[in-house]
Amino acid sequence: MGYIAARGGSEAILRAEELVHCLRLSGGSTPLLLPQIRDQLRHAVSRAMHEGALYAPLLAALAVKQAEGDSIEASFLLRAYRTTLSRVMATLPASGREMACLRRISASFKDIPGGQMLGPAQDYQVRLLQPLLAQEDDQDVARALARYQELVELGQPRPTAVGHFPKVADYLRAEQLLVPPPDDPLEEPFDLTRQALSFPAPRSARLQALAQSDTGSLMTFAYSSVRGYGDAHPTLAELRYGYLPIRVAHPLTGLPVTIGEIEATECEIISKAHSVAQSDAPPRFNLGYGFTFGQGEVKAMSMAILDSVLSQARAGSLSGESGPAANEEFVLLHSDGIEASGFTAHYKLPHYVTFEADLRVLERARDHHAATQERRLSRLVAQTTTEEPS
Amino acid sequence: MSQSDEQLYTFGLIDEDAKREIRRSLLKAVALPGHQVPFASRDMPIARGWGTGGLQITLAIITPTDTLKVIDQGDDASVNAVNLRRLITRTTGVATTVDTKAATLIQSRHRIPEERLRSDQILVLQVPMVDPLRWVEPNLERATVMHGEADYARMWVYMYESVVKAGDLRIASQYPVIVNSRYMMDTTPIPRWDVMRLHMAETLFLFGAGREKRIYAVPPYTPVAPLEFEDYPFRTEYQPGQRCARCGAEESFLTSHFVPGPHGGGAWVASCSDTSYCDQRLTGQG
Repeated sequence: MGYIAARGGSEAILRAEELVHCLRLSGGSTPLLLPQIRDQLRHAVSRAMHEGALYAPLLAALAVKQAEGDSIEASFLLRAYRTTLSRVMATLPASGREMACLRRISASFKDIPGGQMLGPAQDYQVRLLQPLLAQEDDQDVARALARYQELVELGQPRPTAVGHFPKVADYLRAEQLLVPPPDDPLEEPFDLTRQALSFPAPRSARLQALAQSDTGSLMTFAYSSVRGYGDAHPTLAELRYGYLPIRVAHPLTGLPVTIGEIEATECEIISKAHSVAQSDAPPRFNLGYGFTFGQGEVKAMSMAILDSVLSQARAGSLSGESGPAANEEFVLLHSDGIEASGFTAHYKLPHYVTFEADLRVLERARDHHAATQERRLSRLVAQTTTEEPS
Repeated sequence: MSQSDEQLYTFGLIDEDAKREIRRSLLKAVALPGHQVPFASRDMPIARGWGTGGLQITLAIITPTDTLKVIDQGDDASVNAVNLRRLITRTTGVATTVDTKAATLIQSRHRIPEERLRSDQILVLQVPMVDPLRWVEPNLERATVMHGEADYARMWVYMYESVVKAGDLRIASQYPVIVNSRYMMDTTPIPRWDVMRLHMAETLFLFGAGREKRIYAVPPYTPVAPLEFEDYPFRTEYQPGQRCARCGAEESFLTSHFVPGPHGGGAWVASCSDTSYCDQRLTGQG
């Protein structure tokens, strides 16, 4: 028996691993250092963290390096690492109100309390390749740092009030324009790492699932809902990106203690669709929420749009065709990049047992088809011979 | 994995809390044969869809004195089986075997070994699609209600339509069964040849779906009945006169593969998909 498919065992697997390692280095270029990846591939690191659901910039940089830039693979590595960590304690709820913003914008009002702050945004850049970047050296780094220092001095920041802004949503709430939040915020949130998702899912489960979803998948669902297969008419209430302080309750005193800060993106979308669930209440806007570790604006916006659409679908307040993005199970069960990529790729595994069974069924179907054809043919022959004029 | 790596991880890789949760789910699954029990399903260092459900069960119940066998498509040397075995032995150090009779714990994908399993053995099956109702009702919320009410009418209609359209029960693998006269259960993509081996078996069968986050079980001596009609009975892949080209077995599940001839061309031959069974018959005869 010369040929056995997909056998080969330990030796082949070990050599394959080695080959991956060697190919990465075989070009002879200088190996990447983790701080380089963290600082210069900021978005790749952000994406690995929010899809891997673990805030750890240097480990994310390591994952990006090990995955050779494959974003889903990098988040998979982080997720697989996260699961081995024991949970020491839970942080206290963090609010975007406390974020030290590097950027905060709103599309719903021309001017917002605190003002618009564009911050580090590529939105308005003309997308022309910059050949000079290819020749960057230490002198450029020094020049950029000096320029940054110069700009900081020019802006004369006051050390006490760094980037804290009121929230647009709070203003809308005060004006009675928003529906109240769907869940009791004091209720212990669903824990996706300890409970299987079941439906109907509580909103905390939905938000957790969306927060660790694949960026591209959320974008596709959200896009479908705004483009034509849905009823979403989103308006960006606010998008902010910056540093969010993280607190825990002191184990002895119970008082909140700040243990550090994380880079995060937060987004709130209001939807034009008025809530008609309670006919006795006056029509209001609905609010969708999006959040990512690091800077992940397209994902935070997509998440907020989907949250809004799904809340409306639950409340029965969508009008017209609601589309697949309003189907909670469809969205939540298909947007986790690690699950989706794993299962899609598993068809690389041998399937010859099931295929053999498929072949037997195909044979039977063919026999059935042939028998049916034969019957049909003989009926046709019988018909034509009787109909022939004598 | 080096010595220092091993010290990073606990026996059986996943933490004790996770194992405890899985064992509790397993107990519930055994108490309600064929019923899908949700569990958290931790992230694993292997990809979803590649056996994470089976792997979590194995790691939750394995003990240092176990003898482990891992197969894929019936084959101990299939790459994925090798990979899973490597991970389990790396993190537990248990003894492994290819001999079905010598194993106490068997993890498998797509097959039940040919040899009759005993009461002191456990077979863990990796599950890709957890719910047989998925074909007729993809919405989990509604499917859960259907299971709760044992409302399987739409599945029977599906079977009936397959007879009308294709002249036979057109389900090749993951054949749906009724367990203990109550729950409809997906048999994972085992061929129909293996389905009846679940019925009143001496062995405990545990099913783990990692991506779908469900566990279910067929305990020993549980009635398992495939869906069938009086005039269209359930049939396995068995064909009269079939014979393994390698060991000559006439009562085993065969898969075919192409053997190239010495002067180009070649031929399709069928041999046992259970390689250890096949090898043992060969050495026993030779």
